[in-house]
Amino acid sequence: MNGVTLRDALDVRDLCVAYGKVPAVRDVSLQVAPGSIVTVIGPNGAGKTTLLAAIAGLLPARGVVRCFGDLATAWPVEERVRRGIVLVPERRELFGSMSVADNLRLGAFTRRGEQHKAAIADVYRRFPRLEERRGQLAATLSGGERQMLALGRALMSAPRVLLLDEPSLGLAPLVVRDIFSIIAALRSTGVAILLVEQNARAALAIADYGYVLESGQIAVEGESASLAANPRVAAAYLGQAHTARTPAAPPG
Amino acid sequence: MDLSIAAFLVQDGVTNGAIYALLALALVLVFTVTRIIWIPSGEFVTYGTLTLAGLQLGKPPGTVGLLIGVAVVAAIVETIATLRAREARKLPLRLAVWLGVPLAIAAAVWWAAPRGLPLALQIVLALAAVTALGPLIYRIAYQPIADASVLVLLIVSVAVHFALTGLGLWFFGAEGSRTPAFTGASFTAGGLTFSAQSLLVVVASLVLIGLLYLLFGRTLYGKALHATAVNRIGARLVGISPSFAGALTFVLAALLCAFCGVLVGPITTVYYDSGFLVSLKGFVGAIIGGLVSYPLAAAGALLVGLLESFSSFWASAFKEVIVFTLIIPVLLWRSLTSRHHDEE
Repeated sequence: MNGVTLRDALDVRDLCVAYGKVPAVRDVSLQVAPGSIVTVIGPNGAGKTTLLAAIAGLLPARGVVRCFGDLATAWPVEERVRRGIVLVPERRELFGSMSVADNLRLGAFTRRGEQHKAAIADVYRRFPRLEERRGQLAATLSGGERQMLALGRALMSAPRVLLLDEPSLGLAPLVVRDIFSIIAALRSTGVAILLVEQNARAALAIADYGYVLESGQIAVEGESASLAANPRVAAAYLGQAHTARTPAAPPG
Repeated sequence: MDLSIAAFLVQDGVTNGAIYALLALALVLVFTVTRIIWIPSGEFVTYGTLTLAGLQLGKPPGTVGLLIGVAVVAAIVETIATLRAREARKLPLRLAVWLGVPLAIAAAVWWAAPRGLPLALQIVLALAAVTALGPLIYRIAYQPIADASVLVLLIVSVAVHFALTGLGLWFFGAEGSRTPAFTGASFTAGGLTFSAQSLLVVVASLVLIGLLYLLFGRTLYGKALHATAVNRIGARLVGISPSFAGALTFVLAALLCAFCGVLVGPITTVYYDSGFLVSLKGFVGAIIGGLVSYPLAAAGALLVGLLESFSSFWASAFKEVIVFTLIIPVLLWRSLTSRHHDEE
């Protein structure tokens, strides 16, 4: 994936993020091509969420972020959303006291004219559950539905680069499977997906390429299959050293 | 006290309460969207009255000079920020918004002043001029520190309040003004007399509240403001910029306050510093609503109006004391019943 490929949708070079003097992410470089899924796995506190927040523009960072060749480093969050870099955060950040339909409509805030109508039809096609609940307040949804709404809201803004932070967090295994199959289906739309997960098994199963983030730095990278076969990765993140089959990462 | 006196006091209280309710709504709106406790709201009430009074006297009101001055400062601030962000190509559009629009409104007010236009047109011009000041003040004083703590924003609010009071004295002078009543008519129903003026104030307030409700429930920009109030980060993640939400909030809040000024003009004589006391009463209403609930804030403001009119009958020397003492039991009750909950 490195080197001569198609122009990358997202190209991050030497990104550093620090909380005060404490570095959280150090010299991270990664690329995501259009229509591909790239995952960043790693233990709790490795800086995965920080990395995504910095790429989305929520946190100040040093280094270079490019979106389809355009230098995005100076853009504020809203500008990045307008240009197609959209984050689905770990905490979902929905508008709890507003209806599902209003949450989705606001997802298309940056789009002009009537484009939102086609977009909302597309979201309801991918998430029939959301259409059933469209009049319900977002705060009353179940965990899985909230994740669907967060994803749907992000899709409303026509993302070119979708940043997903722990979409499996706190969800039952069956729901995780649904969500991941929906994410995998997004590949055909040409969107570039950067997926941060603790559930390494599920993430590597749908990703094309993966990075392992440890203590804010990239420790290993490679094609998903080769990462999954890497004994060190398998031992640390797939739990194969202990048992043949492990359940999905525990919620929370 | 017989029934006719009570009816008169209720009428008086509801009229004032309707005005306070508009103020309370403006304060809740500003706080929920921007976290600013908007002390200077009273100055916008004052400017509303004094602008209309100036127009009725046929001389250009101080608002013209004030608006030009504030717009020039805002344009300078915006230019520096734009150049720093290396976005020079966006500068013409931004200057058109921050300088062009206010100057056009100022010119319209200046042109209209000696022409004795009908009252309705004069009201529209006065509202436009004072409304334009809202986002300009936000741009200058609040937007650069929009991420600061509530306490810092409050302290800046106090500073802006004093600055605007001073500017009010400079631009409008020390003498008070009163605007003529919209109508002198009155009518009797069931042996009680009602003035059409009071009715007009109440109806106008209700219409404005209704329009606000529609704005938030039905329009995209209204929903965007609501979304910002509900979840600031979520709003940014769908591309609603806090600066945009803040400026739009201040347009609405300044309009509400200016409207209060127009309604209050025929009721009392307004001096350059009168607005503060009026806004404090709106503030008591907003506090009753916990600074977050629109219906509770409006109901609280109505209660303040009624309490004020009855206490001015029974103990007129203490009427302000009684009204502001109301805040103590309210705060006690709120601190006892409110639960501290996490962010989510």
